[in-house]
Amino acid sequence: MKAPLLLDSSFEAERYELHAAPVYHFDLARRDFFKVLGSGVVVLLLIEEVAAQESGGGRRRGGFGQRRPQELGAWLHIGEDGQVTVFTGKVEVGQNIRTSLTQVVAEELRVPISSIRLTMADTELTPYDAGTFGSRTTPDMAAQLRKVSATAREVLIDLAAALWQADRKSLAATSGKIVHSETKQSVGFGELTSGRKLTKTVADNTTPAVEWKVAGTPVPKIDGRDFVTGKHKYTPDVQVPGMQHGKVLRPAAFGATLASLDAKPAEAMPGVTVVRDGEFVGVTAPNEHLAAQAIAAIRAEWKTAPQISDSELFDHLKGKSADVQRSGDSIAQKPDSSEDKPPAAEHKLQQTYTVAYVAHAPLEPRAAVAEWKEDQLTVWTGTQRPFGVRSELAQAFRIPEERVRVIVPDTGSGYGGKHTGEAAVEAARLARAAQKPVKLVWTREEEFTWAYFRPAGVIEITSSVEDDGTITAWEFHNYNSGGSGIRALYHIPNQKTEFHQAHSPLRQGSYRALASTANHFARESHIDELARLVKLDPLGFRLKNLQDARLRAVLEAAAKTFGWGKNKPSPDHGFGVAGGFEKGAYVATCAEVAVDRVGGTVKVVRVVQAFECGAVLNPDHLKNQNEGAILMGMGGALFEAVRFDNGKILNPRFSRYRVPRFSDSPEIEVVLLDRKDLPSTGAGETPIVGIAPALGNAICDATGVRLRSLPMAPKALKI
Amino acid sequence: MPKVTELHVNGKTLGVDADSERSLLSVLRDDLDLTGAKYGCGEGQCGACTVLIEGTPTHSCLTQVGKVGQKKIITIEGLEQHGRLHPLQEAFLEIGAMQCAYCTAGMVMSGVALLRRTPNPSREDIVRSMEGNICRCGTYPRIIAAIQRAAATSGGAK
Ligand code: FES
Ligand code: FES
Repeated sequence: MKAPLLLDSSFEAERYELHAAPVYHFDLARRDFFKVLGSGVVVLLLIEEVAAQESGGGRRRGGFGQRRPQELGAWLHIGEDGQVTVFTGKVEVGQNIRTSLTQVVAEELRVPISSIRLTMADTELTPYDAGTFGSRTTPDMAAQLRKVSATAREVLIDLAAALWQADRKSLAATSGKIVHSETKQSVGFGELTSGRKLTKTVADNTTPAVEWKVAGTPVPKIDGRDFVTGKHKYTPDVQVPGMQHGKVLRPAAFGATLASLDAKPAEAMPGVTVVRDGEFVGVTAPNEHLAAQAIAAIRAEWKTAPQISDSELFDHLKGKSADVQRSGDSIAQKPDSSEDKPPAAEHKLQQTYTVAYVAHAPLEPRAAVAEWKEDQLTVWTGTQRPFGVRSELAQAFRIPEERVRVIVPDTGSGYGGKHTGEAAVEAARLARAAQKPVKLVWTREEEFTWAYFRPAGVIEITSSVEDDGTITAWEFHNYNSGGSGIRALYHIPNQKTEFHQAHSPLRQGSYRALASTANHFARESHIDELARLVKLDPLGFRLKNLQDARLRAVLEAAAKTFGWGKNKPSPDHGFGVAGGFEKGAYVATCAEVAVDRVGGTVKVVRVVQAFECGAVLNPDHLKNQNEGAILMGMGGALFEAVRFDNGKILNPRFSRYRVPRFSDSPEIEVVLLDRKDLPSTGAGETPIVGIAPALGNAICDATGVRLRSLPMAPKALKI
Repeated sequence: MPKVTELHVNGKTLGVDADSERSLLSVLRDDLDLTGAKYGCGEGQCGACTVLIEGTPTHSCLTQVGKVGQKKIITIEGLEQHGRLHPLQEAFLEIGAMQCAYCTAGMVMSGVALLRRTPNPSREDIVRSMEGNICRCGTYPRIIAAIQRAAATSGGAK
């Protein structure tokens, strides 16, 4: 029954992830849907069908082509009261999928938004899900729920047809009822399902995007009121009776081991329990303050080993690069010499770009509440992989997964930073020792130190361009930062692109769009450099070398709204453009900056971003994602960098690690291209990739100085 | 250790039994189950823990509960009056000024304090007085718009 965990085919970050967890194969027959929910209609989607459908998406890697175990993808229940309950293992982390998924259900089932409730990310109640990452919720889960809901609608029509002995062709679903077009009879969904226990698996009857009435509209955030009133309970807000507060003793440096430990002063404190298990040391206490005091009272000595500092990072990444390509990887493209041209009138350019480690710094730090009841473990935690965390817990405590329940309340963001379950395991370990439920909330400093980072990287590009602006050769090497978004969409006959793994001195992992930001920064900066080399307008130069119609469309839309080609308002201002493609979506970003060479500061004045991700599910939330990604991306572009030395993080606080704030906020305009003829793809990640190169290009336009390292400012600008 | 036995929160006097050194944030959240104010940094840098003390926006993470005394505290839970949201809460909903919303309570409290001081704030006023609040999701432009909307709908009052 156990098989290796098969992650989503598009999940490109596999080398950074914990994915050795076994698949939980849950037994369909054992699950009694109706016991929990009362009678009604249940519609199930088997994931086999989904896996088959996904294989059309390409980008399949070695090991990912296998069939997944037969497993539920999603399910939906319509109760006698007409209430629709949808179950999905996806997690709400601020990307507003609770809303967009509700919209697609409302659309297909023809019920009001208010009669739908999504149960998300509870391993006891929702079907298995690999995790909420890689922008897969919209292409996969929204597509699944559309099918499930459309099937439910057809089942209800069948039931009404049987009830009235009518031809189902004259029946239609509308506003939670089935209506007969001739007799005008109508019957509510709840009434139809009354007393039944009916299950049905899915066929495809979904509504085309051009006919959408609810999907595609700006439905406000579901439960919005609970968020503005402080009522919503995030993980750190969960209370259970008898709960204690936990704290973990952190090593003096990465990789440090305990040389000696004296916990007696902490043990002597009333109400405090000290736990030592190998290298793990923690305490529990009746309140947070006491827990912190107890940890501070523990005397520990650590054995540490010398480690490199951030100043040596890029040499380290390149020097140590093993020069290996991943097997089954589609990234390395061999040069195609058949179209080689004579090198006449060619300009060659070789440049190196670097990106620093950055921290996700989600405002809700990692947290968990763990409760053991006999040998059953329940953990509330903010994670993007509830089922992965369940496996981590089962392994850590050597208990079957059936005895572990992970519940993920809608979470204070993740950005790819919450794929792992450290806080969950720690809280559960403490709770087992204290024999009471335990809450553990990481401090900001712990979050900045013991989580993982977006990988740093070095990128080298060698290229040639002809006088007329035709790019003739392109060689691209990425060291360490990753392979996503690495392929140029420009039409260049002679291309070679490689990703090289390296030994990372810091723990690294997923991050919104991951390496795509680095790869786009390097590529779109370099393209700009080429345009300058042959004295062509950067936008025209891009369009000349582009055949991809969707990328052209976003570039043209952004340029039009931005007013590309107009004169600078003053000499210290500059304009920049960048375009890109990632996770099935296209983005183009135009930026205006004002540079103060004396102060060495960059002010982002205005950003216009055009975005296209197929048929738009919720235009307002899509704009919101674009705006937020621009702001978050400005941080990594201009000032965010994790500083480290000798196994320690040097800036593990908001006072030393600057994130974008109100005063950084530029004027932002987002232009959405709604392609109702194309499937919807996700949009939480791709909108972040355009801003860094657009800013670098604008800074160069303003100053003539080309900045090739992220973060860019104020380095090198000061005169 | 000296104890705090009562706090004036959201128009009520509430009994507590808390060491005076503990943070107001922890007492509100852990002892009174008023979990709207959030922990985001514990160093006065993010504003997620903002509450009003005698009308002044205050980082409850850095406020020792023993220092609060008889002063009146208002938390996000106390803004709604007779089932009616504060105009700024309404504006946050109308504009969709949130993503994960973990920052929202602190943003709303800081914004309410600003509107009380400056009923018609300019963009610069808003940026200046909200600079201590972090929204990692980057919804700043919408929060600015929400504060402007609330100022407009309440006619500069409140
Ligand atoms: S938690 Fe108080 S300012 Fe961040
Ligand atoms: S909405 Fe997520 S931190 Fe502000």
